[in-house]
Amino acid sequence: MEEILKILEEIRPEFDFKASSNFIEDGLLDSFDIVTLVNILEEKYQIKIDGLDIIPENFSSAESIFNLVNKNKN
Amino acid sequence: MNINFINSFEKTVELNFNKIAVTHNAENIAFNELKAKAQALGCLIINKAEGAFNKPVAVLLPKEINAVIADLGILYSANVFMNLDVKTPRERLINILDLIKPSLIITSNKYKDIIENIDIKIILIDEIDFNNININYKELKARLDKIIDTDPMCIINTSGSTGTPKGVVLNHRSFFDFMACSGEKFNFNGTEIIGSLSPIVFDIFDFELCMLMLYGSRLILLDAFLASFPVKLLEALNLNKVNFIFWVPSIMVNIANMKLLEQVKLEYLKLIWFAGEVFPTKQFLYWYDNLFNAKFANLYGPIEITLDCTLYEINSRPPENEPLPIGKPYKNTDVLILNENNKICGAGEEGELCVRGTSLAMGYYNNPEKTLAAFTQNPLNKSYPELIYRTGDIVYTREDGNIMFKGRKDSLIKHMGYRIELCEIEHVIENDLKLVKYCCAVYNYNKKEIVLYYENNNNIISDKDFRIALKSVFPNYMIPNLFIHMEKLPQNTNGKIDRLALKNLAGNI
Repeated sequence: MEEILKILEEIRPEFDFKASSNFIEDGLLDSFDIVTLVNILEEKYQIKIDGLDIIPENFSSAESIFNLVNKNKN
Repeated sequence: MNINFINSFEKTVELNFNKIAVTHNAENIAFNELKAKAQALGCLIINKAEGAFNKPVAVLLPKEINAVIADLGILYSANVFMNLDVKTPRERLINILDLIKPSLIITSNKYKDIIENIDIKIILIDEIDFNNININYKELKARLDKIIDTDPMCIINTSGSTGTPKGVVLNHRSFFDFMACSGEKFNFNGTEIIGSLSPIVFDIFDFELCMLMLYGSRLILLDAFLASFPVKLLEALNLNKVNFIFWVPSIMVNIANMKLLEQVKLEYLKLIWFAGEVFPTKQFLYWYDNLFNAKFANLYGPIEITLDCTLYEINSRPPENEPLPIGKPYKNTDVLILNENNKICGAGEEGELCVRGTSLAMGYYNNPEKTLAAFTQNPLNKSYPELIYRTGDIVYTREDGNIMFKGRKDSLIKHMGYRIELCEIEHVIENDLKLVKYCCAVYNYNKKEIVLYYENNNNIISDKDFRIALKSVFPNYMIPNLFIHMEKLPQNTNGKIDRLALKNLAGNI
């Protein structure tokens, strides 16, 4: 989880991800960021994220991103 | 005779009175209501801008129905719309406003803080009581009657080399020209339901507005956040029965890489245009193979020649190992491919693509120097004044007569559909922000990443610090994806930074 937050802070250093309850609704991640994030996650964790899983619900919090990564690890 | 798009719009409204013109999520507006609101706003603009005529009026709104009302309202007031991106950093916005000096800005309560303390009048569109405005039809008509077809319709800002964008001035006639040629070829008749994904600052959005005004096509405004979630985007196309899209390839490549067209079948899509970047053939074929009932066309053209000037209709499956051609010139447009001696290139010879015809922009607003450099006398014509636009794009003609895109003369790139001068990024980092001693930005076309190499007396700057600094001056799409420190940047024999060497280096990351 900490790792996910660190990645997010690298992408958008100007935002406080810990203070947000929904990254998408709060506008912390735009379309460029999602593409960047998916690339970083795939590379770092050696996973492939299915296009069908790239939906707002899976990117709304550090926890949901963490779950998405774990789901694909197994 | 077509002179002004508002005249066309009024005829369209008569034929489509109650038809829905624009949809945005659950919100709809019919043609008659759109007309009434645009007229009301037009009157407010005339009053507030003290009779301004043929002058720029800025729109600072997100992509929503109000943005369409604002653009049409400005046209009703016999002025020129200039759409701005609400996500542009304030400093960059101020640069644009200082250069263009619009008579006023149309925005809403949510975005007015961005332009706080700027000495330009504003209209808050969400505070207008549209039912209680006396529309002076006589005055509107009298002013519109004074417009001629070479008067500007809109200004589009595009990356310059110094940190201030250039405002390309496009007139009514050049849009009519493009619309007439397209309409003839693709039989546009108002049954089009357009999945509009481009930001309002793109020329594609203006094309979509023209489709609405001229043919009565319906616009489905798709939120930018949908581009992040391609499944949702495809579902939105089906939900709204979208049958025509004109997109930049970036998002379409994403959809192809995720193999989503098998998961979400696009039932209604019949016509697919793309432009703005090279569409890699492999990903294009994924679309082609999955949508065998749809027509595809690759369009090409810089903003300065009003939308696009060449077209390649894909009528048979292209070979996988060949890039897609940009095609042949649009009707009523001439394309000259000139070599370094300003002579026409022979078949297969590479040269600069130059354009001649009605489609040429009027120039760059308040920028005679840049205008003179890009819009020049046709070197093949010594007899009378005739301008061509030099695109800076290097192309050649294939044996079958189709034009192939090869690359750029300078460091301009297309990234996520946006046109970016890499030297603007360098200029701002070196001279305005003084972050590093020397730097060079290059583009990795495979990964679609901007890579910044820099030299800074061995003071390494963290990615985070770079991003924080750049955030205040650049929109997100202009911020490099990678920052790489070098003890010394490579130089070529002239002692200049060797851009080509760095480009090759970036290609191997």
